Amino acid sequence: MPVVMDADRMGRSLARIAHEIVERNRGVEELALVGIRTRGVPLARRLARAVKDINDHDVPTGALDITLYRDDLMRHAVGPQPLIRRTEIPFSIDDKRILLVDDVLYTGRTIRAALDALIDFGRPKAIQLVVLVDRGHRELPIKADYVGKNVPTSRLQSVQVRLAEIDGRDEVEIQDA
Amino acid sequence: MVRDLEMTFHMPKCLLKGGRVVDPANGRDGTFDVLIDGGRIAKVGRDLPVDAGVAVVDIPSGLVICPGLIDMHVHLREPGQEHKETVATGTAAAVAGGFTAVACMPNTNPVNDNAGVTEYILNKAAEANLARVYPIGAVSKGQAGEQLAEIAELGQAGCVAISDDGRPVATAMLMRRALEYAGMFNLPVIEHCEDQTLKNDGVAHEGFHASALGLRGIPGEAESIMALRDIALAELTRGAVHIAHMSARQTLDAVRWGKSRGARVTCEVTPHHFVLTDERLGTPIAFDTNVKMNPPLREEADRDAMLAGIADGSVDVIATDHAPHHYDEKRVEFDHAPFGITGLETAVSLCFDRLVHSGIVSLARLVELLSVNPARVLRVAGGSLAEGAPADISMLAPDLSVTVSVARMRSKSKNTPFDGWTLRGGVAATMVGGRIVYVNEAVDLRM
Amino acid sequence: MKKDLLGIADLTREDIYLILDTAEAMREIGLRPIKKVPTLRGKTVVNLFYEPSTRTRTSFEIAEKRLSADTLNIAVAASSVLKGETLVDTALNIEAMAPDVIVLRHASSGACHLLSRICRSRVINAGDGMHEHPTQALLDAFTIREHKKRIEHLKVAIVGDLLHSRVLRSNVLLLTGLGADVWVSGPATLMPAGIERFGVRTSTSVDEAVADADVIMMLRIQQERMHGVFFPSLREYFNTFGMTAARIARAKPDVIIMHPGPMNRGVEIASDVADGPFSVILEQVANGVAVRMAVLYLLAGGAEGD
Repeated sequence: MPVVMDADRMGRSLARIAHEIVERNRGVEELALVGIRTRGVPLARRLARAVKDINDHDVPTGALDITLYRDDLMRHAVGPQPLIRRTEIPFSIDDKRILLVDDVLYTGRTIRAALDALIDFGRPKAIQLVVLVDRGHRELPIKADYVGKNVPTSRLQSVQVRLAEIDGRDEVEIQDA
Repeated sequence: MVRDLEMTFHMPKCLLKGGRVVDPANGRDGTFDVLIDGGRIAKVGRDLPVDAGVAVVDIPSGLVICPGLIDMHVHLREPGQEHKETVATGTAAAVAGGFTAVACMPNTNPVNDNAGVTEYILNKAAEANLARVYPIGAVSKGQAGEQLAEIAELGQAGCVAISDDGRPVATAMLMRRALEYAGMFNLPVIEHCEDQTLKNDGVAHEGFHASALGLRGIPGEAESIMALRDIALAELTRGAVHIAHMSARQTLDAVRWGKSRGARVTCEVTPHHFVLTDERLGTPIAFDTNVKMNPPLREEADRDAMLAGIADGSVDVIATDHAPHHYDEKRVEFDHAPFGITGLETAVSLCFDRLVHSGIVSLARLVELLSVNPARVLRVAGGSLAEGAPADISMLAPDLSVTVSVARMRSKSKNTPFDGWTLRGGVAATMVGGRIVYVNEAVDLRM
Repeated sequence: MKKDLLGIADLTREDIYLILDTAEAMREIGLRPIKKVPTLRGKTVVNLFYEPSTRTRTSFEIAEKRLSADTLNIAVAASSVLKGETLVDTALNIEAMAPDVIVLRHASSGACHLLSRICRSRVINAGDGMHEHPTQALLDAFTIREHKKRIEHLKVAIVGDLLHSRVLRSNVLLLTGLGADVWVSGPATLMPAGIERFGVRTSTSVDEAVADADVIMMLRIQQERMHGVFFPSLREYFNTFGMTAARIARAKPDVIIMHPGPMNRGVEIASDVADGPFSVILEQVANGVAVRMAVLYLLAGGAEGD
């Protein structure tokens, strides 16, 4: 199966996104990063480091588990419930510009759930969306502000993002069903 | 075929040919023919001649012919609780279970504490015309434990014993008087042994299983303490006491002690107390109200003691304590459910499977437990195939595979924990006074 | 997990850890400005309480509301039970209105098992007679784990009315199942028969039971059930079995003191112990909400073998 992004390419994509973030937000004092569990969390941390490399500023970083907000949660009659992990947003999001970070943007439903969840934590000034891969096939009116790579896929395929922190190496692979 | 068979038995004379006759009262155990004439046993012998006008029934080999089984402890619920059982449905269950006679407890509504109620029950039994019914009268008026019931009249009306079953005779003084008074009429006192203060509001045997399920316990001593009292009083009064539905090993020891001293004490054990233990409270159905009975299912050591007592002769009688309850009454919280299970239609199969086929007792000993001894304790006819005796005969099929099914039961109530059990041994047919009253269609009885 | 939560006896070790881990995540919701997630939106939960209960009922209700379930409280007075409708009929009537979950508190052991056999709704046991109180044991384990980081090999002393306590039964199953060294102590009159088969050590000496304990769990003396025959007086009970600062000094220096409530101060526990530095009693209450949220969430989804 084709690897559409290797470690080198991923590193360059994240560095570019970090620069775009700094440019577009005219300074970084109001910024905060929130990664969506699971793989959005290490991506958010890497972006925080990249931003710090650019202007030596620490951007607060949190982790969001959106399971309890999923719109498909109670629709399955069979099978155990998905595991819930901890949400950790150790700062107030009021009046912050939140950079919501996820690995793959697909139907948009995860982002919808994440937006609902974030709103429960306060009233941010703005929420921007960062994704490593946009694979298309949106079902909701949601668009990413920062994209590592647009990858055309069919609905039958799946996109595997692997990150060193979790999977031991950095790569994005497309798999046929 | 069943109809043909019934016709045969309605002929004045019939000959049961072949079959293993087990009649311990007359020392018989072997292949014999039994000639029945006018509702009585006319002759028992080998290769009896077939006279003209005699209908012949060839008993398939493997079937057992024995004196009619007598269940000396049942609740027929009539009068007063006809939604649970009636004399008609209870005796239908009895004959389907191989019993030709039952003795019914007096805790009806009104209580059988006077000749009027006794006569009512006997009339209902005559109407039903199935098993013989021997009423048991109350010890005390209204079973209230205060004043003696009119025991002489109860005896004259047809009661064969007295008991306050369901409630023990609370005071030693009343029990003493009951033994003395009933003794004049040769009526045994059947005691439901239970110290009410020790039982308190218990619902299950006091032990690990009740504790684990948070059920209030009843210790075995609640039973044995009162058995010891009653045995001492039997000695004092020379009266006869029969310990009903014995469940605790301590009680069995008490009975053995009493017998060794020559006290007039006998005892009975129910099939559920020699088959089940309190483990059933939690499995396979937790809090199943069909394992709630009084006395409760006890622990393994008690169950094994009951089997040992049955094997060594300390136990005189097996009786079912058939206690029908409507399903509405049992489909409640365990605490609130009434005590008791049905037993008439499962007893024979349980006895064969757990006592005979497992080698604990011989067939002859089983017939003593279910027929000879209850007749002796109650001083009623039966328990013998002697010439001239009423032709009350149970035909049993020791190797029949029986799957217990409440749907097929004739009792009005279905509260049994044995539903779905497959057991080896069952009933082939039941004859009362020379008349066939039950034929099991699963058994091939040919003319 | 099974369809219902009838008792700790039905849970595997893995189920217990799943509930505790899920509760960790649920606890965070209670710290947010908006303490609510939409997870059980459109689900109906009926709290059917046949016994008065403030703590447990409130805790369930808050848990349900934090998960956005529609909740309905039915309190049935004990007096109306005897003359009124049977539990089965009440349950069938509620069931006809298609709730998703029924939370039952009842004075009879096994009432939840009865309900489970006749209801399609999921049944959660909020305390049945003297049998089990599984969510209490789970929140106790959650609290212990938070303080001690483990359950295995801890010495846990449970002291009080062992005979009538559903909290005891659930906690013994859970704690022994997870490898704790459980001691139980109380008057001989309040020891359940066969307790030696519960996998615990027993002692009628509280001093022995609490020696070097990591956790001391007090059980409520249910004065309404005592009838005056289990011990002579509350005064003598407190002197002989009550938890005092002097007794606690025998335990480990970092011992925690737990109580499922409601407490009888001066009977099973001295006030200075209940309010003292070792007490985690109010944490137990707080954790109860998170644990019940976890149970509701995990049961409201599909179950194995449905």
